[in-house]
Amino acid sequence: MILTRENILNFVITAGLILVPIYAVIVEEPFTITLATRAVIFSLAAVGLNIALGLGGMVSLGHAVFFGLGGYTMGILAFHAQSYIPLFEWPILIEGTKQMLVVWPLAMIISAIAAFVIGLLSLRTGGVYFIMITLAFGQMFFFFSISWSAYGGEDGLSIYVRNQFPLVNTLVPIQFYAICLAILMLALWINARLAKSSFGLALSAARQNTERVRNVGLDPTSIKLVAFVISGAITGLAGALFADLNRFVSPTMFSWQLSGEIMVFIIIGGIGRLYGPVLGAIIFVTLEHFLGGISEYWLVFLGLLLLLIVLFSRGGLVGLLVGRERVHE
Amino acid sequence: MNKTILKTYNLTKNFGALRASDKISIDLRVGEIHGLIGPNGAGKTTLIAQIMGGLKPDSGLIEFDGTDITSFTTESRAQAGLGRTFQISQLAMDQTVLQNVVLGTVGERGGVWNFWRPVLAIQELRERAMESLSDVGLADKAATPVSELSHGGRRQLEVAIALTLNPKAFVMDEPMAGLGSDGSKKMTIFLDNLRTRAPILLVEHDMEAVFALSDRISVLVSGMVIATGSVDQIRNDARVRKAYLGEGS
Ligand SMILES: Nc1ncnc2c1ncn2[C@@H]1O[C@H](COP(=O)(O)OP(=O)(O)O)[C@@H](O)[C@H]1O
Ligand SMILES: [Mg+2]
Repeated sequence: MILTRENILNFVITAGLILVPIYAVIVEEPFTITLATRAVIFSLAAVGLNIALGLGGMVSLGHAVFFGLGGYTMGILAFHAQSYIPLFEWPILIEGTKQMLVVWPLAMIISAIAAFVIGLLSLRTGGVYFIMITLAFGQMFFFFSISWSAYGGEDGLSIYVRNQFPLVNTLVPIQFYAICLAILMLALWINARLAKSSFGLALSAARQNTERVRNVGLDPTSIKLVAFVISGAITGLAGALFADLNRFVSPTMFSWQLSGEIMVFIIIGGIGRLYGPVLGAIIFVTLEHFLGGISEYWLVFLGLLLLLIVLFSRGGLVGLLVGRERVHE
Repeated sequence: MNKTILKTYNLTKNFGALRASDKISIDLRVGEIHGLIGPNGAGKTTLIAQIMGGLKPDSGLIEFDGTDITSFTTESRAQAGLGRTFQISQLAMDQTVLQNVVLGTVGERGGVWNFWRPVLAIQELRERAMESLSDVGLADKAATPVSELSHGGRRQLEVAIALTLNPKAFVMDEPMAGLGSDGSKKMTIFLDNLRTRAPILLVEHDMEAVFALSDRISVLVSGMVIATGSVDQIRNDARVRKAYLGEGS
């Protein structure tokens, strides 16, 4: 790995994500670990969106759909497991589960299918229409979850005990945190590889100039669609983890505010920058905690920060700290 | 006579009341440069756009390499072997020169669904891309972001990308535009040699270049081909002189 300023910044952020929770264990401040877990899960959701938004230029205001689907996948499976009511009895018996290793792939597959359908319909359009259509899908899922009374409707679903993972006691906050952080690191690694691959090159070109891509014999729409599916699956996984963190899922996971927040993380940190979503989510959760305690109007401060960043740095905070991305090696 | 690789039959395209293409029938033969000239607004770019699939003709046919491609998408036409350069550069501005050309090699060789292997580390693609860059004289600019490349450099890059596709025919829309006299001369020499690799349908404003390069020339005026013939025939065609050449010279 080359020692660029960006790599050093990424290393420092990673070190912070490892050291701060360890420190919290030593000084016995479990709430700090919960905050860190929240930041890491939000980061993961935003890493997902960043593949669509940063690499592919798809301004999706509906990514809460995937976050919510991941959350409800987990919630529904846990609900059936804890109530001993099978999910289906026909044609085969399917019961609920409390195993993360079963929940995660399912959450990703369901989110991926939703992303495929939503992407297929919204990628016919571009610009503002794309934003509006993804937003509309978000609202559709939101209202559907409110009216689905079998799974709590407006009140949401509570899960009694956190899901299980082999060899790990997920009830210990630092152990659950370690799982989330490991997944985030894996997602970042995949993101970094993908960005440099043939697919990543074509996706980034499709963002910048679709005519260019077409005229070398590649179809920009199917490239973007695949990116949207990968993006949705990663955000869906984050949703499943978020449900596990809170042991609760509710329609707010589908809300447009949440879609907006995921996008705000990326704008704060830096659109298209590998660690942009991570830095943005950490700052958001930190401000939410400290300013949210002082004043109800903390979102005004967040808005101000957002405005300053958008006005003064094209690459968000990452851009401000380390400058433009190196495009070549 | 050489085989015809590209042919249009009665291509017609209207923009509202304006007939931008009026029953255009032209052909491109293997080994030749076919120059297409005509005053501004004659419909040259509109014709290219129909050949490449960016615009749908109202009526008429386009045949390429023995296949009717009228209903093909742009990407299928590129895959079938049409290499195109734009009048206004169409490039990925945030990427480097090399990345833009490597995209062409990905289009030609396939492998766009590779999500894992760093594309610039694939030797085969990289070498192919560098070869094309050397051909157009851009090899030393490989690492430059396109946004920092000069206008002339971008014109050369357009051609380099088309080269990576290894096309059966080139369709070039004013490749000399804005190159300056020195750049134009270099590009003229380059295109002169290129015709042995694949024939070129060459839209160009630079008369000197067109007359020097073309085996045949077609003259487009108000959407209509008013004459097709050898350089000498066109020079001496009364209608052409009246409608077009007379204006400037
Ligand atoms: N998309 C369009 N809509 C309406 N009119 C157009 C469009 N594209 C081109 N035209 C008109 O068609 C005519 C031919 O344009 P064009 O093909 O660009 O000419 P040339 O390339 O020969 O200069 C011009 O009068 C132009 O204004
Ligand atoms: Mg033109």
